[in-house]
Amino acid sequence: MERIGVFICHCGENIGRTVDCAKVAETAGKFRNVVHAVDYKYMCSDPGQAMVRDAIKEKGLTGVVVAACSPRMHEPTFRRAAADAGLNPFLCEMANVREHCSWVHEDVDAATAKATDLIRVMVEKVKQNEPLYPIRVPVTKRALVIGGGIAGIQAALDIADGGHEVVLVEKSPSIGGHMAQLSETFPTLDCSQCILTPRMVEVAQHPNITLHVYSEVEEVNGFIGNFEVKIRHKASSVNNALCTGCGACTQVCPAKKVPSEFDVGLGDRTAIYVPFPQAVPNKPVIDRDHCVRFKAAARKGLPVTEVTTCGKCQEACPIEPVKAIDFSMEDEIITEEVGAIVVATGYELYEKEAVGEYGYGKYPDIIDGLQFERLASASGPTGGVIRRPSDGEIPETVVFVQCVGSRDRAKGLTYCSKICCMYTAKHAMLYKHKVHDGNAWVFYMDIRSGGKGYDEFVRRAVEEDEVKYVRGRVSRIYPEGKKLVVLGADTLSGEKIRIDADLVVLATAISASKGVETLAQKLGVSYDQYNFLSEAHPKLRPVETASAGVFLAGACQAARDIPDAVAQASGAASKVQVLLSSEELEREPVVARVDENTCVGCFCCESVCAYGAVERKEIRDRSGNLVKTLAYVNPGVCQGCGTCVATCRSNSIDLAGYTDKQVFNEIRAL
Amino acid sequence: MKVGYYPGCSLEGSASDFGLSIAKAAELMGVDLVEISDWSCCGASAAHSLDHLLSIALPARNLALALAQGLDQVVAPCAACSNRLITAQVEIKADPDLGARVEDIVGMSLDGDVRVLNMLDFVDVYGVDTLKEKVTRPLEGFKGACYYGCLLVRPPKVVQFDDPEDPKSMERVLTALGATPVDWHFKVECCGAGLTMAQPKIVARLVRDILRNAEENGADGIVVSCPLCHQNLDMRQLAVNAEYGETHRLPIYYLSELMALALGASPKDAGIDRHFIEATERVASLGQSGKK
Repeated sequence: MERIGVFICHCGENIGRTVDCAKVAETAGKFRNVVHAVDYKYMCSDPGQAMVRDAIKEKGLTGVVVAACSPRMHEPTFRRAAADAGLNPFLCEMANVREHCSWVHEDVDAATAKATDLIRVMVEKVKQNEPLYPIRVPVTKRALVIGGGIAGIQAALDIADGGHEVVLVEKSPSIGGHMAQLSETFPTLDCSQCILTPRMVEVAQHPNITLHVYSEVEEVNGFIGNFEVKIRHKASSVNNALCTGCGACTQVCPAKKVPSEFDVGLGDRTAIYVPFPQAVPNKPVIDRDHCVRFKAAARKGLPVTEVTTCGKCQEACPIEPVKAIDFSMEDEIITEEVGAIVVATGYELYEKEAVGEYGYGKYPDIIDGLQFERLASASGPTGGVIRRPSDGEIPETVVFVQCVGSRDRAKGLTYCSKICCMYTAKHAMLYKHKVHDGNAWVFYMDIRSGGKGYDEFVRRAVEEDEVKYVRGRVSRIYPEGKKLVVLGADTLSGEKIRIDADLVVLATAISASKGVETLAQKLGVSYDQYNFLSEAHPKLRPVETASAGVFLAGACQAARDIPDAVAQASGAASKVQVLLSSEELEREPVVARVDENTCVGCFCCESVCAYGAVERKEIRDRSGNLVKTLAYVNPGVCQGCGTCVATCRSNSIDLAGYTDKQVFNEIRAL
Repeated sequence: MKVGYYPGCSLEGSASDFGLSIAKAAELMGVDLVEISDWSCCGASAAHSLDHLLSIALPARNLALALAQGLDQVVAPCAACSNRLITAQVEIKADPDLGARVEDIVGMSLDGDVRVLNMLDFVDVYGVDTLKEKVTRPLEGFKGACYYGCLLVRPPKVVQFDDPEDPKSMERVLTALGATPVDWHFKVECCGAGLTMAQPKIVARLVRDILRNAEENGADGIVVSCPLCHQNLDMRQLAVNAEYGETHRLPIYYLSELMALALGASPKDAGIDRHFIEATERVASLGQSGKK
């Protein structure tokens, strides 16, 4: 015989004002199988919880219903209280009479009746509850970090310093990301590379970090605590175990006119190259699309090993007897087992070519923010002198245009890219510091400088460095003679404005990395309409994703500046360390279960599961012959969403804690 | 190929050269232009600033006629006409009540689909490659500045034609004719046609900017596909010269004139001799060696 206890909370006045709690208790006390029903001012308080514990012991309750706030608020509180009194916590349920009743109604009689109904429903449910026990899964105490920009570097170092092994995967030949390209950083104007490169070296030398550069994640299997990741190490044609990074090969390479990715096309590199002098690892790779030998092989339709064209880099390589340069190298698939994954894949700049009126891509002296960083950087193609790309002259007038693509519904981007106000102020400042009598103009919509020391920084640009800020948009940019004519509006004076500029810098929108959606699909992480990855909760779980064990850091989630990216990376790292600090993981047992007697193996459930939790289980007889293949829900991966339950055609799947029997009982009670 | 044809008022009057060249080009393309019987004014430039309902009902009447006459595609070469016809379609689609009122006013049904084509849409439907094959006098050596003005590309949400800030469809047609489009920067700037009577000084300034940019970028002429643009750029050049003491004499061609020419018509047959600014000389000898 079930013995149910009902506990009704007033929540101060929150519930008590609209629900007659004493009357509800009286009515509930008369429900079948309810042996105890009381109301109390604050059920979540210590005395309130004691009432629950005492009643379980004294009355021998087999189930508890707490009628109070949302289970999201206090379900763990009351389940813990039940467990303390020796009752399985999953035999305690909550009836939400606050959010679902008192807060949304005014009529006391109606609200009281509704509260009574909500409790009746829960009493009927709890009668069918069965004890559930947390699922335990072992944890592989290693982490994978995808992306070697500042966010990935920070996350990897934090986790590694915490004593766990880290596998860091970076798709380009060096870690460092966009931060390595920057000249100086706001709001302190300290040199970006000077603060970044020590961290890069730290990554390379850290005993707990395994670095895979020129590599990409190919496949992700498994679940929280137990991921198996296949990583494709792209053929670099250089054996890093032998290479000393002497650079002899890059000096003799005849393909010298390859646009440098690091200099955003403003400088050239060779076909065999190290992306920048401080690269980590400082080992070259051969860009097969531009290498003379690989191009010859492709032209002749022969494997590269049968071609002898060029080969100057191999000749120049001083390593003997086996040269470090190996043209026959092929892609390699590496398998790593990890318990947690941090995604830190960063951002790209919006395609400037999509903004036809600004003529980017048509006129060399219209550049983007990253290109300006390279012009201003001491390691850049101009050695830090601001020279315009077309003729190398020092520009007398520079126009900076903010919000190019961002906050522009016509371009399909509604969001603010967050960092452009700050870096534009920095760019204008850097320009003025280098060209004292130059004119710097900034076209802006609003100035968004909400960060520590940020607004002061922008004011400095305006007041000390005399950067001219114009509130308004630019309508068109076109060349006239050696100048670029910038037409725009000054919306404060209501005038049309024309500036004859020598250089125009477009602060293009921050957009998600190309192909990040493919990676997100492999990881089971959701993403928004702009392909930014989605966090589990925008406020309270900002670094977690809906996929357990996968965390986010940096600009893959939204536009981020360096301090934010670093803070978020440390947050993600601490979440990873929490996960890796225990031998086993405990998970809520609210997972789907397959009835093997009735499952027909149609695997509709497999096709609808968003988390890849459904596996195929082979049933064999004693001699090992396959009898049938059935669905099996891996409790370590299942998130308890119930989609498979609704999909199952033979009604063979049930969700623990929310079985058909429980739900039908609830409905019947109404 | 058979396609509906809505000439509109301009093509019968001030832009008779446009109408003439379209007829000639269509003939050489092997296209049968079926003029909408009993067509009337589309209301452009006047109706929409006076009365909204009138500005929808006027073009709607012509759409209803096209439907009744079984035309599923109608070329409206004048950019103002095509713009008004499309606007009426868009507004009626968005507001069924308005559609019912307009049907009541014009006394005809608007039920059905008719696609309104500007000249560039028309060439696109016909096929730029097909057009290229029919060229007998490629306009080799002619450098044209393609000018779209406002109405072909704006408002973008209504006309949904090409990239409103940097359109390229006219350049494709010009290339198919054997000519060379120049890279210039005023292809979607306003020529001031709406102010041509009221504020001639402003118009002169706007026209001058356009002419100068085309000249600076080495154009032999400006290519347009709108009677208002043509009228303004062609007719106002002497006013610009008087106002600014300059000597512009830049020929302004309709795209259809160049099409007719490249397909074998004489400049006179294509209407090129009817301009204010002499335009025949530059193109008379083009492609005389013959392509085929």
